[in-house]
Amino acid sequence: MIADGVEDEEKWLAAGIAGLQQNAFYMHRALDTNNLRDALKFSAQMLSELRTSKLSPHKYYELYMRAFDELRKLEIFFKEETRRGCSIVELYELVQHAGNILPRLYLLCTVGSVYIRSKEAPAKDVLKDLVEMCRGIQHPVRGLFLRSYLSQISRDKLPDIGSEYEGDADTVVDAVEFVLQNFTEMNKLWVRMQHQGPAREKQRREKERNELRDLVGKNLHVLSQVEGIDLDMYRDTVLPRVLEQIVNCKDEIAQFYLMDCIIQVFPDEYHLQTLEVLLGACPQLQPSVDIKTVLSRLMERLSNYAASSSEVLPEFLQVEAFSRLNNAIGKVIEAQPDMPIFGAVTLYSSLLTFTLHVHPDRLDYADQVLGSCFKKLQSVGKVEDNKATKQIVALLSAPLEKYNDIVTALKLSNYPCVMEYLDTETSKIMATVIIQSIMKNSTRISSADKVEALFELMKGLMKDSEGTAEEVDEDDFKEEQNSVARLIQMLINDDPEEMFKIMCVVRKQIMTGGPKRLPYTIPPFVFSSLKLVRQLQGQDENPFGDEATTPKTIFQLLNQTIEVLLTIPAPELALRLYLQCAEAANDTDLEPVAYDFFTQAYILYEEEISDSKAQVTALHLIIGTLQRMHVFGVENRDTLTHKATGYSAKLLKKPDQCRAVYGCAHLFWVDDQDNLKDGERVLICLKRALRIANAAQQLSNAARGSTGPVTLFIEILNKYLYFYEKVNQHITADAVNSLIELITTEMQQNDSSSSAPDPVAEAFLAGTLRYIQFQKQKGGTIGERYQVISTVKE
Amino acid sequence: MVLVLAIGDLHIPHRAADLPPKFKSMLVPGKIQHIICTGNLCIKEVHDYLKSLCPDLHITRGEYDEDSRYPETKTLTIGQFKLGICHGHQVIPWGDLDSLAMLQRQLDVDILVTGHTHQFKAYKHEGGVVINPGSATGAYSSFTYDVNPSFVLMDIDGLRVVVYVYELIDGEVKVDKIDFKKTANPR
Repeated sequence: MIADGVEDEEKWLAAGIAGLQQNAFYMHRALDTNNLRDALKFSAQMLSELRTSKLSPHKYYELYMRAFDELRKLEIFFKEETRRGCSIVELYELVQHAGNILPRLYLLCTVGSVYIRSKEAPAKDVLKDLVEMCRGIQHPVRGLFLRSYLSQISRDKLPDIGSEYEGDADTVVDAVEFVLQNFTEMNKLWVRMQHQGPAREKQRREKERNELRDLVGKNLHVLSQVEGIDLDMYRDTVLPRVLEQIVNCKDEIAQFYLMDCIIQVFPDEYHLQTLEVLLGACPQLQPSVDIKTVLSRLMERLSNYAASSSEVLPEFLQVEAFSRLNNAIGKVIEAQPDMPIFGAVTLYSSLLTFTLHVHPDRLDYADQVLGSCFKKLQSVGKVEDNKATKQIVALLSAPLEKYNDIVTALKLSNYPCVMEYLDTETSKIMATVIIQSIMKNSTRISSADKVEALFELMKGLMKDSEGTAEEVDEDDFKEEQNSVARLIQMLINDDPEEMFKIMCVVRKQIMTGGPKRLPYTIPPFVFSSLKLVRQLQGQDENPFGDEATTPKTIFQLLNQTIEVLLTIPAPELALRLYLQCAEAANDTDLEPVAYDFFTQAYILYEEEISDSKAQVTALHLIIGTLQRMHVFGVENRDTLTHKATGYSAKLLKKPDQCRAVYGCAHLFWVDDQDNLKDGERVLICLKRALRIANAAQQLSNAARGSTGPVTLFIEILNKYLYFYEKVNQHITADAVNSLIELITTEMQQNDSSSSAPDPVAEAFLAGTLRYIQFQKQKGGTIGERYQVISTVKE
Repeated sequence: MVLVLAIGDLHIPHRAADLPPKFKSMLVPGKIQHIICTGNLCIKEVHDYLKSLCPDLHITRGEYDEDSRYPETKTLTIGQFKLGICHGHQVIPWGDLDSLAMLQRQLDVDILVTGHTHQFKAYKHEGGVVINPGSATGAYSSFTYDVNPSFVLMDIDGLRVVVYVYELIDGEVKVDKIDFKKTANPR
C-alpha cells in the first residue's frame, strides 16, 4: 500500500501546486494593476494551499518553497504600496482580515517585514507581535514552516547591535528573546510530531522528524550569528535557555540533534568557558540519547581548538577542562548503565585524544583515562564485540601516535590492563601495531624494566592463548613471529650490565613461546647476546666488580638456549648457531667453551642431520668455521679436524665427498698462522680428493657408459696450484704438470668419444691455463715458480 | 646503460630489524634493471621487498635462508658481461680471494659476486672482478667487529662497468666508485 501512498501524495502535491499557481496568476495580475484588494484576496487563496495535512514534510517543503517565492513578489509590492502612500500600519491591519488563520499569518509576517524595514515601529515590537501571533498554528508541520518563514524574513531585521534596527539599551536581549521564543515554540511543535498518529508509524514519523530538524536548528544558527551575544550573554542567557528547552522536551531525537547543534554552531572558546553548564546537561538527557557521539564531537572540537594554537592552552587549564570532561564522562557512563561497552570506550578514546592534545605533558591524565576505561572493562569482562575492540585499538594507538615513542606509553600503568581485555586476535594486532610504531620511529628500548613492560603488551604474540586451539594461518604466524624477532633487535643498551639484564628478560620471555615460536625467537636472541659478548670485550676487565656478566656466563646461557632447539627439533639451525658461538668464543680466547660448542655441533651433525644436501651445507659450515679457529691447542684441533675430514669422506655423493675433502686441505694450512702449515697433510687431502674423483669417474662410467665430468679434476688442479703458489714444498711442479696432463688427456678422450664435449669443463680448464699464463708473466718469485708448469696441450 | 643492484647478507630478522632508512629511501622501484642477491635475506618479506624494487631478481642461497629453493650458484649475462653469484659459505677459506678466483674460473664469469663475510670488497684481477657487496643491514659478522651497512650498484655499459659502493658510515652514506673495463677477449 506504500506505493499507493506515494502515488496519492504525488497527486495531492500536484493539486496543491496547481491551485497555488492558479491563484498566483491572479495575484500577479492584481500586482501589475496595483489592485491591493485583489492582491490580498488571491494571495490568501494561494496560501490556503499550505493548509493541507495530506503531504509529508518533504512534499510540503516543495509546496512551501513555491509559496515562498510568490511571497517575495508580494513583499516587494507591499513596499511599493507604502511608497505610493499607503500606510504600513493600515496595511498591517488590513491583512488581518484574511479569513483563514494560516494565510493571514503568512501575510502578516510578509507585511511585518516591510513594517520593520519602514522603521515606523521598533523592530522588537513588530517581531514580538509576530512571534506571539504565530502561536495560532499548532499543527506541527504547518507551524514549523510558518515559523521557519518568520525566521527567514526576520534574520536580517533583528535589533542586533550594529544593525540598522538596533533599539534601546536592551536591544540585544530583545533580539535574543525573539529568536529563543521562536526556537522554543518550533521545538515544541517538532517534539509534538512524535506523539501524533498511530504507534506503528513511529519509524516513518522519526524519519520525517529528522527531515525537519534543520528548520529547528536554524534558530541556533541565527543565534550564533547575532553580533551582540558575547560570552557573558551566551553563558547567562542563551545557553541556559536553550539547554532548558532541550532537557525539558524529554525527546530523544531533539536532544541528540540540538546538543550536537550547539556544539557545532557556537565558537570553541564559548564551549570551553561554559563547559560545566554544557556537560551538566548531559546526564539529564534521556538515557537513550547517543550522548557518546555528542561528547565525542565536543572533545574532538576542543582537541582541534587546542591544536590550532598554543596560545589557547592556558584557557583549558584555567577552566580545568580535563577534569570536567572526565567527571562528565564518568557521570554519563554511570547514568546510562545500558550503554554498550563500545560507547563507553569511544568516550574514553575521545577523552584520551583530547588530553593528549591539550596536556601532552600530563601522562598521569592519560593514565587516568586508561584507568577509568580499565575499570569499566572489568565490569563487563573480555570484549568480544567487534566495534568495541576496534575502539580499544584506537584508544591504545592514540598515545603511540601522539608520542611516536613506545617508551612513553610504557609508563602508562593502565595500558597493559586495558590491553588484557582484547580478544586474542585483536591483542595480536595491537602488539603488531606497537612493534610497527617501534620500527617506524627506530625506538630503542633500553632498560630491563621497560623490556619487561613491553613484553607484557606482546603476550598475544609470545605464547599460545590459553585453552583455545584456534586455527592459525601459517603465513600470519610467520609474519608475527618475524616481527617479534625484529623487535628483539630494538632492545639495546650500550651498557653491558643493563644489556645483560635485558637479555635475561628476553630469554625468559621467549622460552615460554613453545616449539613453534622458538626457531624464530632464538636466533635474534643468540646474535644479540653475541653482540653483548663483544661489548664486554671492549670493556676493561671486570669493570663492575661483578662476576655475573662475563662472556663465559653469556656463553653458558647461549648453550642452554640453543639446546632447546633440539627438542623442536631444529638441528640445522642449532648447528649454525653453535658454530657462530664457537667462533665468538674463539674471539674471546675461551678454548674450552669453543671446543664445547664444536662438540655440540658435531653431535648434531652425526645424530640429527641425515638429509644429504643438509649434510653438505653443514659440513661446509663446519670446515669453514674450523679453518678460522685459532684458539685450539694442537690436540683439540687435531681431534676436530680429524673428525671433519672423516665426515667429508662419508658424504653420500662422490663429488660432494671430493669437494669436502679438498676443502679440508685448508684446515692444515692457514695463511696467518705459522704453526698451521702442515704441507704433508695438505697433500694427503688433495691425493685423497683425487682418488675420490677417480672413483666418481669410474662410477659414472659404469652407470652411464660415459666418463663423468672432468670438472672435479680441474677443481683439484686449482687447489694444487693454490698450495703450490703458497710454497708448500709437498706440492711439486711435477705433480701439477702430471695433473694437467691427466686432465688434458681426459678431455681429448671425451672429445673423441661420441659424447659431446663438456663446454663448462672446457671453459674451466681454459680459464685455469690462462691463469697459469698470467702467473708466469707476473715475474718475481711466483712467476719463477710457474715457469716450470706446462700449459701446452700435447 | 644498465643498472644492477648487488646486495646480500641482510639477515633480517635474525641480526637486524630492517634496512637502514637511508638505504630504503635510495632504493626505489623503477631505477634498477636487475638485482643480484647473494643470499641470507632471510625471510619472504625481504624477498618481496627486493622484488618490489625490481622484478628481475637473482638470488643464491645463504645458510640462513628459509627458502630452500634458491640455487647454490647462478650465472647470468647482462650486456657484454657474464656474472656469477654465490653466497660464499661454500668457498673455503671464507672470503679468500684466490679461492673465489677459482670459483670465478669454474663459473667462467667476468664478475663474481659473493657475500658471507659482511665486508665490502671489490678486486680487479686478470680474470675479471670479484665483488662482495657487504651486508646491507650491517649485520653481525664473525669476520669483523665493525660492519658498516653497504650495497653495490653496477652500471654496465658496453665493455665498461662502473661499480658504485654505498656505505653507511656514522649515519652518512658514502659513495665510492671503481671502474672496470673488459678487454674484448674471445672466449
